[in-house]
Amino acid sequence: MTTTDPYAGERLKLSPFYPRQEVLNIREAWSAWNGYKFAEYYYDAEYEYFCVRNQCATYDITPMQKYEIRGRDAEVMLNRMVTRDVTKIGIDKVAYCVWCTDEGRMIDDGTIFKLADDRFMLTCGSPCTAWLAKSAFGFDDVTITDVTDDLAALSLQGPTSCAVLKNMGLHGIDTAKPFNIMHFPFHGESLMVSRTGFTGDLGYELWIPPELGLKLWDELYAAGEDYGIQPYGEAATNMARLEAAFIMPAMEFNEALRTVNFEHDQTPFELSLGWLVDFDKPHFSGRSALLKEKQRGPKYTLTKLDIEGNRPAEGSYIYGNKQCTKEIGYVTSAMWSPAVKANIALAMIMTDQLDNKMWAEIYYEKELRQYSRIAACTRKKKPFWAPSRARATPPPDC
Amino acid sequence: MNKYDAIIIGAGHNGLTNAAYLAKAGLNVVVLEKNDYIGGAAVSRELQEGWLYSSCSYVCSMMRQAIHRDLDLGRHGLILVPYLGTVNFGDGDERLFSYHDEEAAHHELKRHSPHDADAMHRFQTDLTRYSQLIRKTLMRTPPDPASFRPRDIMEFLYLAKQFWTLGEKELYEYVRFFTMSAAEYLEDYFENDLIKAAMASPGIIGTALGVYSPGSSYVLLHHVMGDVDGSIGAWGLARGGMGAISDAIAGAVAEHGGEIRTNAGVQKVLVKNGKAIGVVLENGDEITARIVVSNLDAKRTFTRIMDKSDLPEGIYERAKNFKIRGSSGKVNIALSGMPKFTGVPENRYLARGGQGFSGSLETMERAYDCWKRGAWSDDPFVESVIPSAWDPTVAPAGKHWMSNFVQYCPPELSSGPWTPEKRDAFGKSVIDKIERYSPGFRDLIVHMEVRTPHEIENEVGLTEGNIFQGELTIDQLFFNRPFPGYGQYRMPVKNLYMCGSSTHPGGGVSSVCGANAAREILIDLRRTNTVPVDDFYDE
Repeated sequence: MTTTDPYAGERLKLSPFYPRQEVLNIREAWSAWNGYKFAEYYYDAEYEYFCVRNQCATYDITPMQKYEIRGRDAEVMLNRMVTRDVTKIGIDKVAYCVWCTDEGRMIDDGTIFKLADDRFMLTCGSPCTAWLAKSAFGFDDVTITDVTDDLAALSLQGPTSCAVLKNMGLHGIDTAKPFNIMHFPFHGESLMVSRTGFTGDLGYELWIPPELGLKLWDELYAAGEDYGIQPYGEAATNMARLEAAFIMPAMEFNEALRTVNFEHDQTPFELSLGWLVDFDKPHFSGRSALLKEKQRGPKYTLTKLDIEGNRPAEGSYIYGNKQCTKEIGYVTSAMWSPAVKANIALAMIMTDQLDNKMWAEIYYEKELRQYSRIAACTRKKKPFWAPSRARATPPPDC
Repeated sequence: MNKYDAIIIGAGHNGLTNAAYLAKAGLNVVVLEKNDYIGGAAVSRELQEGWLYSSCSYVCSMMRQAIHRDLDLGRHGLILVPYLGTVNFGDGDERLFSYHDEEAAHHELKRHSPHDADAMHRFQTDLTRYSQLIRKTLMRTPPDPASFRPRDIMEFLYLAKQFWTLGEKELYEYVRFFTMSAAEYLEDYFENDLIKAAMASPGIIGTALGVYSPGSSYVLLHHVMGDVDGSIGAWGLARGGMGAISDAIAGAVAEHGGEIRTNAGVQKVLVKNGKAIGVVLENGDEITARIVVSNLDAKRTFTRIMDKSDLPEGIYERAKNFKIRGSSGKVNIALSGMPKFTGVPENRYLARGGQGFSGSLETMERAYDCWKRGAWSDDPFVESVIPSAWDPTVAPAGKHWMSNFVQYCPPELSSGPWTPEKRDAFGKSVIDKIERYSPGFRDLIVHMEVRTPHEIENEVGLTEGNIFQGELTIDQLFFNRPFPGYGQYRMPVKNLYMCGSSTHPGGGVSSVCGANAAREILIDLRRTNTVPVDDFYDE
């Protein structure tokens, strides 16, 4: 006898890859992302992180929000919305972008895929339908479609990722430069592959109609068998992206449209993303506020810190003196980096204090007792992890 | 006028570490290596095209993270990755799976013995406590017990303070622990034979002791006191093999302006008026320097490359009697595919760990009996790892390489000297043992490198092929290492130092001996110290 599930309305959606993920998630470590059931990790977060750094691993980005923006006005509309110059993106190229409120506060970050002169794909972490609709107001020929559920996507990251795609039969994939897009025939459909990712390492993102999701998974895993392929979840992603010094919503920035308290959201300048703001292009949302911000200098600056000792400075305040009386900032993300062998963190530091010495007050627990230590911090200019293979074309060992 | 401030003899990982820290302090250093490649026993060698063997040492846990971080070895290409589960094979069909996950590991132990599953918590807790304490001594120079210098007295006070944190009962236990055998120590915790054998195996690796020999419990501790990213007892693999560690340290040497010369074997240390002044190379060249640092073992340093007449009374004899017995063999095998083991599920994570062909305490002790008789055992203890299951750079895709460490293998056979035939027969004994648990294993073999103590001594330069540069027994540890009275890296001849595993804290790819020696040298040369203090996970 079949009955209707009375809790159906509260259950999470399943990704097209779920039948395979279900088998591989030995630890039953699930969380959620945009309504999808989503792996926190499958076997062990650190193991998966090491697969990304040493072999290759896949991350299900199906739940990421994906919008198709079509029409003659698609480009000008996007250009009006984001801070970067969209007209500079070539066809089959991807660009990382942010978009802001009129006050210059960041709503979200994401990537724009230019697929044709009148066809773009925008991806971002959180749903953005309403803001896109607002941004399209006044433009005649632009259609915005949420294609999140119509496009399955899998990120393949790590030093053997190119070799795996080659082994899968994607000829010429080794010629794809970072942020390039290539298309391959795949069982009567088109498989789109972009050389993008969120790990700071060599990697690709694969985009396919959901009906072919499992076929893609199976062919990828068959090709990757001898290259150490392994699925990874949110936990390993968070480790890899922090080493690459990439920002995360609800960690480094609070989405402007969900920020209650005054200026508890951020500007791109505060997030060290000033390079994404192009004042030479036509007007865009937040332009005048951002111009003011640029001239005045941001109040805070997102800073990369190498901290002495090895206790992650999670949630720590940063001080301008060792006595910890002069507060100058706060840590947004922190971890011990196994690849870099450093105690790393991203922190929001008052811009006028950046050249000062800094100390973090770190709290930690040992067998139920609380301890603290004061650790000196060194400011780093470059990402903690940036291997040359991430930029090389063709990538090494491929 | 010397061209060099320091000559370091031997480009093993400790020699390189020593050179890196001296160069970092602004000294002009040269590392002299007899082979045409660097690394000593931390080396990756392509003996079969496409396969990269870690010919000697094969896993890493002792490497001090403080040194890794301070010399920025990551930037010089080093990445160390912990490996996952291990399968221990009993004499018969029993298998013990050490799962990575704590719950699964406990459940598996329970399958063998509910008693031992519970006891494991106490065992791990006690070992961790002992490890924490000994780890605090690693990157410090042992105090001289016969000295009244303030520094030595302060160091003893530091140690007393650390030891006192154990509490009275544990302090007694700790002292007792050092003199026990691994088997007896484990008897207090476990009842299951296979669990005992699996836990005892680190107690015999590399040592000419048996599981029932007093002192093997310390060897056990020596193998579990390391860590990978703070996870004490964990072991890791170096991407690109163990040579990647030496190469990264060599990168640091170069970064700080140091020089490394290969094909530059040292024939003799030059001594004048009781002071080391340089070396003569095998090709006859003389190189002089303010100081000479030997990364060779104590026996080799004082009996091979030094003149007896240059040494103070009694040192030659001490060196001659230095306990450095060869007891291990190594069989490196290139495989055409991943071996399958009977009774082991095709769990891809288990395959990324190691295999312990430990059998039982009895089997291990019988293998030791063979060693004492000057023979190899037909049923040896073998510890294996298949690094290619994890590392894509050490074998072609789909192919594998397996490292097999064999205990025991005698340095001299009762049947006469080692010959290539005898070496192959020893290799066969290892293959036979693995084949017992992996039918068809033999057919997967593409290439094989068999190393008895004879090869290890002659190629690497470790006397008798002893992997620790001298036994890790209490008479040769801490301030007794290498000899009583010379535990602080300064040797009996002025301006001569030692920086290898013959010094505190002993064997293992730790870089600690080299770093500690550098710190002492920099004190003597009145230079600013460049060696970091150890970085603990706030234990």
